[in-house]
Amino acid sequence: MTEAIVEYRGVSKYFAGIRALEGVDFKCRPGSVHAILGENGAGKSTLIKIMAGVLQPDAGTLLMEGKEVSFAGPQAAVDAGIVCMFQELSLIPDLSVADNISISSPPRRFGLIDRRAQISRAEELLARVRCEDVDPNALVRELSLSRRQMVEIAKALGRNPKVLILDEATSALTARDVRTVYDLLGELKDAGVASLFISHRMHEVEALCDTLSVFRNGQHIETFQKGEKSEREIVRLMIGRDVDAQFPPKPDRAGEAATAEPILKVAGLKWGNRLNGIDLSLKRGEIVGLGGLDGQGQKELLLALFGVLKDVEGDVIIGGQKGLPSSPATAKNAATRMALVPEDRKTEGLMLDMSIADNLLVSSFGKISRGPFIDPGRAAAEIGKGIAKLQIKVGSADDPVMTLSGGNQQKVVLAKWLMIDPDIILLNDPTRGIDVGTKQEIYRLMRELANEGKAILFYSSDYAELIGCCDRVSVLYGGQVVSEQSGDGITEESLVAASLNIGVEAA
Amino acid sequence: MKRGSTRSSDLKRWLSQNTGFAAALLLFAILFLTYNVLHPRGFSSAVAIQNANETVAIAFVAMAQTLPVLIGGLDLSVGAVMTLTNCVASELLTGSPLQILLGAILTLLTGTLFGFMNGCIVVYGRIQPIIATLATGAVAIGLALLIRPKPGGNVDDDLGWALTNSVWDLADTYGFADGGEAWWLRPFADIPVPFLLVVLVAVIVWVPFRRSVTGRTVYAIGSAEGAAYMSGLPIQRAKITAFTLAGFLAACGGLYLAIQTSSGNADVQQAGAYTLNSIAAVVLGGTSLLGGTGGAIASLVGAMILRVISFYFRILDIDPLLQPLIEGLVLLTAVSFGAFRTLRVKNQLDLFR
Repeated sequence: MTEAIVEYRGVSKYFAGIRALEGVDFKCRPGSVHAILGENGAGKSTLIKIMAGVLQPDAGTLLMEGKEVSFAGPQAAVDAGIVCMFQELSLIPDLSVADNISISSPPRRFGLIDRRAQISRAEELLARVRCEDVDPNALVRELSLSRRQMVEIAKALGRNPKVLILDEATSALTARDVRTVYDLLGELKDAGVASLFISHRMHEVEALCDTLSVFRNGQHIETFQKGEKSEREIVRLMIGRDVDAQFPPKPDRAGEAATAEPILKVAGLKWGNRLNGIDLSLKRGEIVGLGGLDGQGQKELLLALFGVLKDVEGDVIIGGQKGLPSSPATAKNAATRMALVPEDRKTEGLMLDMSIADNLLVSSFGKISRGPFIDPGRAAAEIGKGIAKLQIKVGSADDPVMTLSGGNQQKVVLAKWLMIDPDIILLNDPTRGIDVGTKQEIYRLMRELANEGKAILFYSSDYAELIGCCDRVSVLYGGQVVSEQSGDGITEESLVAASLNIGVEAA
Repeated sequence: MKRGSTRSSDLKRWLSQNTGFAAALLLFAILFLTYNVLHPRGFSSAVAIQNANETVAIAFVAMAQTLPVLIGGLDLSVGAVMTLTNCVASELLTGSPLQILLGAILTLLTGTLFGFMNGCIVVYGRIQPIIATLATGAVAIGLALLIRPKPGGNVDDDLGWALTNSVWDLADTYGFADGGEAWWLRPFADIPVPFLLVVLVAVIVWVPFRRSVTGRTVYAIGSAEGAAYMSGLPIQRAKITAFTLAGFLAACGGLYLAIQTSSGNADVQQAGAYTLNSIAAVVLGGTSLLGGTGGAIASLVGAMILRVISFYFRILDIDPLLQPLIEGLVLLTAVSFGAFRTLRVKNQLDLFR
């Protein structure tokens, strides 16, 4: 057997005490196409970032061609021959295609960048990825997402990689480009390059890779050759964990739900290339989950409903009214009030330096003011109510909100929105990064709110939560709802299969 | 045929990628031609020399400001560095030709070192450029006041005359090219020397910089710093270089001001006005304050637009008190065109990023 080109020995990485990788032993051989599989948060991107020099491991060692290495930054990894194409593109929008392809080591004459040589180099590399139609002088900003990904691939090729990492590098490509990438990976494999391939598309993995590794909860579970295991077994390996949270019981409402008129009805919702015709409905008293892997349009859907996105197409009926709100301000003040608990509570949910009290009141100044002035009495009463309802553990309401733990910060965001008494509550992964105890309080609260007649749309990257909390789940893939499940039909296997867009149920 | 069509598509692409700069160039051409038509002695060497002289300092300071703006920052010390180097030059530009040359080099070195210090504070102190340079700008003014508590100075008269007039005068003063009468000098004889100085600095400093990896990194930082880091570009070096070059270019402005006025003046108001005008010139030239697009040549044009507007007050019978008002309105109109960008934003959260 050939020697490993990259090897991890007992590598661990923690973020603020939470493990991202733990004791990982992993090998990758030259001349192979190696798929890394795992759920959201399984540790795939941490694994990659360590290899690419973006993160340094907290424990363990990284070996390259048998020698111990430690990369101080991305450039060190590139110099060693490890080239990574990140999920978020690493192209500079205001520079030209040719500039970007030769970004850090352009051809030079007399110490200055030789533009002509740079352009012919770009043309050569673009030809290798069969993108002769891309003008090397065009700015990257002017290109479509799929062309940008191809430029990114050309850029990676130009760095003569020994190890090429493709992190979701094919997510926006057209079928023809995917074909090109397949062929390229074949060529590279023959040339002895090791390619690491991260993709959420099972059929691509099947077609491209010869070796597969499954990660789960920051650990390397198993590595095997293609064909040794069925899709079904692979999905099992990816899940294989205990459900560690307790969920409140779901009421049996099959009868009434069928008859009630939906408060929110969406048909053919489109936005750019992220939302490609979403159909969805939501009734009072219902918790509807949004499932699927990260970045399949869930966040954009919630933002669109809350009036953040412009030029959204499709039919939307909210509380009998046609059309989307034009801004968050109209969304919260409309006849059917909406609230959104955003993805990033530190930047979009809270003003971290301001006090807990100010953060709680920030969405409901109308309610607590007399004329243009805030009424201190009413404000104090509302703050007290909010803190009591969610049992937020505060020293004083005047402390800055950043002094609270993550769980309590999230409760402040929830309390702030509950103060406006919303009819529809949009939740974007509200339990991410918070402790188990608070998670369970949030699950209970969600059920209470639903029982009070509010409608909840709930995106979570954790399948267990979707199963435990939701009356129905819509799984998104590529900006579309690919599967709708309800009641006992919501299982880990069906959710994972649907999010990979493969039909395990049939198997 | 084919060649002609690729040329026109090249031009089209250049226009679409440099709309702001093209608009600035057009605006300047219109303003400057109209001015010369209206001027009783328009299109004459004398008028051109006078105009050029009054534009040099702001042109250098605007070019200086461009670099920090390209990385997405602001340098509030450029006017102060110009004032500091102006005072340094007013002490040193005297004596034998060799001494004068040494004095000019020391002046430029002062500004360059000051810019280098700004860069180090921003990079290693991890302080936002705007606040770091607000502080160092005050330091520069303080030093200038120490060097020259009262306006004055001792600048070589020949040098002052030669560098603030036409090429013919330069040759005449120093007696080369047959005192300006040589045949090969004739086509250039009427060009103002100050104009040539600005072009010279732009060509030997800016153009090579733009084509270096460091220069490209400056653009990359302003455009997408995260992607620049991921691509392994030398980010710290580029930031320090941007501020260092800003210091150098501001020193060019200060040096010229000393030669032009034969004196140094630690004028606090003047330093502030130059800093603010430099930002206006950068924006007028089409450089984005968010960084990543634009360039020093564009800012040079922006500075010329600002100056031409002020020239109009001399030949037209407008109350000079209206000058700030009109300059403000022109600037507001110009930047309004840049605001069309926000109409294309599809995710309103992107407006705050």
